[in-house]
Amino acid sequence: MADDKSNAAEYWKANVRLIFGCLVVWAFVSYGCAILFRPLLAGIPVGGTDLGFWFAQQGSILTFIVLIFFYAWRMNKLDAKFGLGE
Amino acid sequence: MSQFAINLLFVGASFALYIGIAIWARAGSTKDFYVAGGGVHPITNGMATAADWMSAASFISMAGLLASGGYANSTFLMGWTGGYVILAMLLAPYLRKFGKFTVPDFIGDRFYSNTARFVAIVCLIIASVTYVIGQMTGAGVAFSRFLEVSNTWGIWIAALIVFLYAVFGGMKGITYTQVAQYVVLIIAYTIPAVFIAMQLTGNPIPMFGMFSTHTESGIPLLTKLDEVVNALGFRDYTADVDNKLNMVLFTLSLMVGTAGLPHVIIRFFTVPKVADARWSAGWALVFIALLYLTAPAVGSMARLNLATTVYPDMAGQVENYEEAATNPILYEDRPEWVRTWEETGLIAFNDLNNDGRVQMYNDAVDYSDRGWEGNELTVNNDILVLANPEIANLPGWVIGLIAAGGIAAALSTAAGLLLAISSAISHDLIKTMINPKISEKSEMLAARISMGGAILLATFLGLNPPGFAAQTVALAFGIAGASLFPALMMGIFSKRMNSKGAICGMLAGLISTLLYIFTYLGWFFVPETNMLANTPDNWILGISPLSFGAIGAMLNFAIAFAVSSATEEPPQEIQDLVESVRYPKGAGLAVDH
Repeated sequence: MADDKSNAAEYWKANVRLIFGCLVVWAFVSYGCAILFRPLLAGIPVGGTDLGFWFAQQGSILTFIVLIFFYAWRMNKLDAKFGLGE
Repeated sequence: MSQFAINLLFVGASFALYIGIAIWARAGSTKDFYVAGGGVHPITNGMATAADWMSAASFISMAGLLASGGYANSTFLMGWTGGYVILAMLLAPYLRKFGKFTVPDFIGDRFYSNTARFVAIVCLIIASVTYVIGQMTGAGVAFSRFLEVSNTWGIWIAALIVFLYAVFGGMKGITYTQVAQYVVLIIAYTIPAVFIAMQLTGNPIPMFGMFSTHTESGIPLLTKLDEVVNALGFRDYTADVDNKLNMVLFTLSLMVGTAGLPHVIIRFFTVPKVADARWSAGWALVFIALLYLTAPAVGSMARLNLATTVYPDMAGQVENYEEAATNPILYEDRPEWVRTWEETGLIAFNDLNNDGRVQMYNDAVDYSDRGWEGNELTVNNDILVLANPEIANLPGWVIGLIAAGGIAAALSTAAGLLLAISSAISHDLIKTMINPKISEKSEMLAARISMGGAILLATFLGLNPPGFAAQTVALAFGIAGASLFPALMMGIFSKRMNSKGAICGMLAGLISTLLYIFTYLGWFFVPETNMLANTPDNWILGISPLSFGAIGAMLNFAIAFAVSSATEEPPQEIQDLVESVRYPKGAGLAVDH
């Protein structure tokens, strides 16, 4: 039982670490590139406007999709590794 | 065939399809009615979630808001997609493992308290009814146009159809119907966008066309658009915003709201496994993104088309915008689509300077030197997507298709929400809290009566909506995000969180957000009961009522942690429950009590 418990705790820690990493990227592209850092990216032209605008209307959405699939893929591996999957 | 007949044909055919599916998959038991038997494939579920999610706000209203607000309204795009990231990582898999029917189920059990359950029911109902108001606004626009009646009649007809549709469906019917609705709505949204992108830029993919060269003028489309709107006294379409704080908070509100809305969360109860809940969220976002990546192209191109319809001289290469602006179209030469939309009352012309021409511009800027005495053409934002094919002179069947798509979007979401409302009342309130011995039949009856009540209320408030469809819906997100999302998240990620903390947190989030909204938009959205005018000058730190949900959520977290740490730990069995939802192993199908 003790082993099971520490195993489970280890799994949860790995999950929380993974979530944290993904959310850093999530916040960086949306709140960062698209909003707060837009003036810094103003020098990079994209189709008649700048990179910040592209992130706000396209780039962040594309990143979100990649993030969710990445998370699902990593979690399936974790489930298998810790023997906690279904 | 007249346009009216074509519209009727498309809308009628799509309805026949939905009703056919609903009858074929009719809900047999209460369990089917709520969660579709728990056995839906992640891709199917993702598609149904996308239809459930993309409402009149996304389909009808959002591109119009992007068109009028430009970059500043990117918040809708990021907020309504980014929420899926937090949903997939912070809520969906664990709620699936928990394996009950509804959001109040989780909150009531996790916080071992019927008071918590009741507060969750109240939050859910307020957020969902607000959301349905937005749907009614949008569906009203769609029906008024295609039946060629006034907007008010359009709303009442929409209410009747939504009611019939939701009452006889239930979740199982809804899941498969929603797959059909997704297909209808995405085709309807994409086809006109492809046509228009081809016309304006020669690039058939709208999301790329938007960033390519505008064929007629030879400069990038967005640069052209900036020049045109600038000549009419508006800020650049791509202009940065002054108040970044408000933009960040607005985006955050929409994101946490996405993760806190019961009709979306309920979707993740219907997949077979925990891993499927994660994939499901990913697929849902893929299907949503197909529309969301196209919407900014629709918005920017529609804005350009609208401006060049009124000022034909601005369409090509323009040396002197000042000169081009002096030659708008004559009112009697207005295109056919302006005439048809005038009948709905959603476009109005008022010849202020009596020159017989249409001046459409930002009249906060003084253009008396051009002989202009105010903006003469008011165009309701919410008509833009529906009118878009007509503005671009596309064939009649495209117009019929978009009418069917807009109605599909409004219907699917309204039905999903009504289901969430009715299950909160019949299942959580009546069956769990008041009368556990209620028969299945009476439970279903209670569910249907509460649907009817919710529609009546939402329709009544939808006649004088607090904003455009997407804005009203954004308020619902703020409310859900401030009240339900933090409670759900803390219920999973903090074992120490106890019932007192969660209840105080939810109440703080809900009440603060409602007070802020009602202060500017009127008590219970009744017009003219607001205490302060809804203008940026009156907002605290420039935070709009639409953005306040993020602050409400922060208050919710802070108060919940403070109260919880000052009171007793939750009992051991609750801590074990939290432990168990964290690990996928051993998740059965969604079970009844």
